[in-house]
Amino acid sequence: MSKPKVAFFDFACCEGCQLQVANIGEPLLDVLDIVQVVEFREVMSEKWDGEFDVAFVEGSITDEHAVQRVKRIRERSKILVALGSCATIGGVNGMKNSFQLEEVGKYVYGESYKFFPTIHTKAVHQVVKVDYFINGCPIYQPEFLTVLKCILQGIPYYVPEYPVCVECKLNENVCMYDRGLTCMGPVTKAGCNSWCINNGNICYGCRGLTINPNTEGFKEVLKKYNIPEDFLMKKIEMYNKCKELDKS
Amino acid sequence: MSQNININVNYLTRVEGHGNIVVEVKDGKLEICRLEIVESPRFFEAFLRGRSIYEAPHITSRICGICACGHTLASIQAAEDALGIKPSEQTTLLRKLLLHYEHLDSHLLHIYLLVAPDLVGVPSFVPLIKTHPDVVRRALKMKRLCNELCDILVGRHVHPISTVVGGFTKLPRVNDLEEMHKRLLELQKDMEATVELFSKLTFPDFERDTEYVALVNDGDEYPLLYGDIGSTDGYRVSKYEYKNVTNEFIVPYATAKRTRWHRDSYAVGALARFNLNHEKLHPKAKQAANVLNLKPKCINPYFNTVAQIVECVHCVEDAIRIVETVWQNGINYDEIVVPDINELGKLPQRAGEGVGAVEVPRGLLIHHYECDERGIFRNANCVIPTNQNTHNIELDMLKLVPEIINKSQKEITLALEMLVRAYDPCISCSVHMVEVNFK
Ligand code: SF4
Ligand code: SF4
Ligand code: SF4
Repeated sequence: MSKPKVAFFDFACCEGCQLQVANIGEPLLDVLDIVQVVEFREVMSEKWDGEFDVAFVEGSITDEHAVQRVKRIRERSKILVALGSCATIGGVNGMKNSFQLEEVGKYVYGESYKFFPTIHTKAVHQVVKVDYFINGCPIYQPEFLTVLKCILQGIPYYVPEYPVCVECKLNENVCMYDRGLTCMGPVTKAGCNSWCINNGNICYGCRGLTINPNTEGFKEVLKKYNIPEDFLMKKIEMYNKCKELDKS
Repeated sequence: MSQNININVNYLTRVEGHGNIVVEVKDGKLEICRLEIVESPRFFEAFLRGRSIYEAPHITSRICGICACGHTLASIQAAEDALGIKPSEQTTLLRKLLLHYEHLDSHLLHIYLLVAPDLVGVPSFVPLIKTHPDVVRRALKMKRLCNELCDILVGRHVHPISTVVGGFTKLPRVNDLEEMHKRLLELQKDMEATVELFSKLTFPDFERDTEYVALVNDGDEYPLLYGDIGSTDGYRVSKYEYKNVTNEFIVPYATAKRTRWHRDSYAVGALARFNLNHEKLHPKAKQAANVLNLKPKCINPYFNTVAQIVECVHCVEDAIRIVETVWQNGINYDEIVVPDINELGKLPQRAGEGVGAVEVPRGLLIHHYECDERGIFRNANCVIPTNQNTHNIELDMLKLVPEIINKSQKEITLALEMLVRAYDPCISCSVHMVEVNFK
């Protein structure tokens, strides 16, 4: 059997998730034994014009050109994976959606903004069908390898339905709220092993909201610690602004 | 010789972000020679407005995944400048350490995975796995070591976690210092092998004199985190005058703003830093420069990669020094800080304006912020190294193409790709400053 052909593509993003893949280091050589990477512009000059068994798509969709490009990639791919927050939930690029597009354009480009037609930032699944989601900004390497194994075995990968708090407690961190701080852990999808809290910072919610965020419980936490709701709403917007487009 | 050449590299590979090279030669005459930047803009400056300046490093580090720590440090400097926060000595030392890790990680990726294939004549590092397995293993091992160093110090390299406005959310323990020390000693050995390997490879022979710009200072430390802005043409201004240095201008056919100071263009990056500050390098780095035949003032842009190797030697040595110093001094854990809702109490808020000027792997990076009395963003501006280099690259191309015009189109294309790659351009972050003026 020939090795599955794997490709990486990037849209509007920082390319940090691809870098996380390149950064896996020596274990990458084992992965290269079982798959054939046919395109990875960031580190390879090779290109491929056939079908992809697995296409990893990084970045969010922010203009018409990108819409067309991602559709073509979808047509050529058996399995399409959204890689990282930009691709799975729109990422920080989604904050743009809080403003009028024309105003944002003018602020950065002055009157020349018309030469940079932009659309509301979208996650990849808001444009084409996505088969696997790898959350995180950046992606968490152990999860990437787990998802890759699932893809290669043809079995689904389930993003944990519980929030980051569960992992955080298993890691025996002192809760940020008890330290007089706020944290997005109660409403954010787990799977990163509470990366930021383990390093003394708060969770910013980069993996997106849990499927059934316990908003009532979250509000209780806020009330208990006397934290204004809008303060947290602003924090939720940092990564989750594109979610509103799911409803329309 | 009269010939027609049409080069359209759509798009450049082994660089970060999307860029094209367009060259047109008609009857042996060079008619068009451009480096085009074609990324979709992301509007960072626009959506920072309304957010807390304490969030700036978290958000702006997402401008670029490769130099995420560099953006974080420039951002922190600008925010602290605006808020009037003076970092402690311990914080400054650890930030310098982080910047060394950043240079090492980014340079090594560029040297081994992006440039080495060109020197050996293959399209990427993948074929090298068969032909040069030891080199690929060493490259991946060194990359991994750098990542582990960042993991220990700040949680991760892509978007560091614990380095924030005001200091660190977590400080290394003694066993962390021990661990970093051990890994740095390993890197030290691998750097010797790297210098040895590259001393045997040949870089293209091409020169064009230009103005080189980098941070400079009066101390005896190779300036990366702080300094004034200096030039090989003998000028020096404070970071607050960066706009007089960058003089951004627009060419009608390209989407990214360009810069020039005293000449038609200037260059930033490892070679610029080497040309300006070589005498402050660690003796071992100076020795490596000798072995690699790099001498100031070097005006061969392909040697930017060589300057990166020399800087790696310096960064490893200086990182070892910092780790040993911190170890000896002992760590003050009372300095731990988490910017969040406590900005209302423990951390200051005030209206202000601040500038961060930091040497990131690709050159001088500037963040300029303005916030209101609640610390909420009013305005932001970032000047990215690649924007400063684009015009210089293009002028290099203009000089290079006529010199090699008798070669095959394939060879010319490769020479141009290698030239652009030598600058290690970071196109994905250069575009958000794009401004166009089409006629
Ligand atoms: S999700 Fe984050 S790390 Fe990944 S590409 Fe987007 S901004 Fe970069
Ligand atoms: S709120 Fe944050 S700090 Fe507290 S348990 Fe949840 S994830 Fe951990
Ligand atoms: S802790 Fe929160 S912000 Fe950090 S990686 Fe996990 S989900 Fe993302």
